[in-house]
Amino acid sequence: VIHHPGRADNLQFVSTRDTDWEGVRLHVVTGKGGTGKTTVAGALALALASAGRQVLLMEVEGRQGIAQLFDVPPLPYTERKIAVAPADASRPGGDVFALVADPESALIEYLATFYNLRHAGQALTRLGVMDFATTIAPGLRDVLLTGKAAEAVRRKEAGRRVYDAVVMDGPPTGRISRFLNVSSEVSGVAKVGPIRGHADTVQNVIRSPETAVHFVTVLEEMPVQETLDGIAELRDLTGGGIQAGGIMINMTRPLALPESQLRAAAGGSVDVDELAIGLKAAGLEAGAALAGQLAAELIEQARTEVGQQAQRQRLDAARQPCYQLPLITDGMDLAGLYRLAGALREQGAA
Amino acid sequence: MARVIRPLPLDLDVLIDDRRTRVIVCCGSGGVGKTTTAAALGLRAAERGRRVVVLTVDPARRLAQSMGLTSLDNTPRLVPGIGKPEPGSGQGQKQRRNGDAGGGSLHAMMLDMKRTFDEIVEAHADPDRAAQILANPFYQSLSSSFAGTQEYMAMEKLGQLRRAEEWDLIVVDTPPSRSALDFLDAPQRLGRFLDGRLLRLLVAPAKFGGRTGLRMLNAGFGVVTGIVTKVLGSQMLRDVQTFVSAMDTMFGGFRERADYTYRLLRAPDTAFLVIAAPEPDALREASYFVERLAQEGMPLAGLVLNRVHGSPAAGLSAARSLAAAETLQAAICAAGPDADGPGTGSSAGGGSDGGGRDADEPAGGGSDGGGQDADEPAAGAQDRGRRSGGPPRDGGTALAIAALRLHAGRMQLAALERRRAEHFTAAHPLVPIAEIGAQPDDVHDLVGLRAIGRTFACR
Repeated sequence: VIHHPGRADNLQFVSTRDTDWEGVRLHVVTGKGGTGKTTVAGALALALASAGRQVLLMEVEGRQGIAQLFDVPPLPYTERKIAVAPADASRPGGDVFALVADPESALIEYLATFYNLRHAGQALTRLGVMDFATTIAPGLRDVLLTGKAAEAVRRKEAGRRVYDAVVMDGPPTGRISRFLNVSSEVSGVAKVGPIRGHADTVQNVIRSPETAVHFVTVLEEMPVQETLDGIAELRDLTGGGIQAGGIMINMTRPLALPESQLRAAAGGSVDVDELAIGLKAAGLEAGAALAGQLAAELIEQARTEVGQQAQRQRLDAARQPCYQLPLITDGMDLAGLYRLAGALREQGAA
Repeated sequence: MARVIRPLPLDLDVLIDDRRTRVIVCCGSGGVGKTTTAAALGLRAAERGRRVVVLTVDPARRLAQSMGLTSLDNTPRLVPGIGKPEPGSGQGQKQRRNGDAGGGSLHAMMLDMKRTFDEIVEAHADPDRAAQILANPFYQSLSSSFAGTQEYMAMEKLGQLRRAEEWDLIVVDTPPSRSALDFLDAPQRLGRFLDGRLLRLLVAPAKFGGRTGLRMLNAGFGVVTGIVTKVLGSQMLRDVQTFVSAMDTMFGGFRERADYTYRLLRAPDTAFLVIAAPEPDALREASYFVERLAQEGMPLAGLVLNRVHGSPAAGLSAARSLAAAETLQAAICAAGPDADGPGTGSSAGGGSDGGGRDADEPAGGGSDGGGQDADEPAAGAQDRGRRSGGPPRDGGTALAIAALRLHAGRMQLAALERRRAEHFTAAHPLVPIAEIGAQPDDVHDLVGLRAIGRTFACR
């Protein structure tokens, strides 16, 4: 093992300091399609799992995105270990478990737990009744899924919590507040009765300080707008809002240029001669032609970045902590996922 | 090395210029740029002389914004400024020529699924009964949140636009869903659901009670009703019951309508475009969809690959580019280790990062020197801080490092995207592909849409 004195110190620091979300045990991750919601949820689970902690990563949209992300076979409705977070000098690594929750299985489990009706539940599934019951009442589907997360958060064995944290790869931003606002969604269809009682219990977990909703976005107009709208919606929910968490700014690729040069480049001005000299110093002899081509790339990226800065400022209005995750240009594999997890830890998200 | 797999080219201009193309359906998973592509196609077609209506189903009102409209409301609205020269753009003449050539026009509309559903009910029931249905809580839940209602209503609207015969090209942007297949499956699901025996038996078992053949089944459904009542409460079931009896005569109609539009989608004047970004999830969805279209005998025009990265300096590889950047970085470190000191931290976060924790992040990284992070584009943020206080002219070193790292990342990304596209082509060699480059800015106006449109023709 190569000894990195500076690095070991860093890790020590990382493992003992407070994070921004101390006390949060249910992390719901949402984001607009295409922003990398599942990837960030996976990275967050890995980041939370370091230092010996046990984390459950939960999927609710039936996409098998977690299995693809961690490169494991499709996951069933059972909790199984899918990854180990790296150990550091002082503590062993933690574990990430995964669960793909679907409403049918959750309903069968619910009927089995509360009414001892497991066989009836299975028979009903074959008849297509589950599909029926969960489609006529979308709120029912949501309460079953959030209920499963709440159950995992509160589960104890021998007096100890089984999971230190649960990360839910949630529905997209456009549906998140409705999804989490199960109590009132269900009251629309079931005013009394056991499912209502169940919904109220789930709601107590979701509206407690133990739950936070993180928003994954990229610095483009629509994802940023949806993030701001989503946070506002959570806050406006009647009967006390749901805690908004961090804003995970994904796929950032900052240019290593001083502000003045960046602005100039965005305006189409790059000192091509100077760039050519620099390239020559680097041993690239292609000269002016190459400098011109690279200048064009710089200008394009600078325009993107200046546009992104404006979007970044819009996010300030939400007054939530922001975290930056670099664009992984060489393929999103496990190594990339660990890098993102490291970035989240360094910035205090986990 | 495996041989390079080249896809057939897809010329979108040929597609929209072909008067036989009457419907273009843009499908794909969420976040791949379907709405923008649909809008760009519609605009381009209109400016090439077609009478176009673009139907979008997106509640985020993206199309409204990109079309410069403040609201879209279930009725096609004329988009102004089509085929007209843009003031001061210098491209005016060309556009005018295109616009005048065929008298094209562009309408846009956003689907209001609840309104569309209400209209079907109103058209098929007498006023009293319609009012009764519209007020039913179960109907309200079904019409606003049943998974599939949106897709069903999108198809319904497509059918209506088609029958109106006011447009010679309809461009449909499909609902935002995680799976492109939902667009094909959901309408029939709603049809089946409303038409279903299960629904009727569940809510009206007494009606069938007298018949011996159904008695067994009935006993089974007694259990079902019992459980649904247990879980949801009896009010819910009563709402469903009222709804079903009020809708009774309309049920068959729903499936018929779904079948009608499904047939429309099979017609030879329809063209499906599968939209994807060069990302694994999106391409996997695209693959499923392409296979499904083939099974259903639906006409696929090709794949539109959005946000593709390329480089004008493709001759300089990522590896060489990174190595050159490292050479320069090493030269800086050798020249002056004290260069690290004062600049660090002072403006590293700078204007772009705002506040919060990120600003102090480089403090830890600063001592690592350049070597360790050289392969990481994000490390650039640290360098920015280090040099911002330095002399403005450094023989182009800083500029070259920034350019080389950027280029390396771009080449890596381009290679990755090419591999992914090749996987798709390996599985579907006969599907033509049109590539649309990543746009440096957000596309939110006609100028941006036109810029995309100009890349439609094959060169």
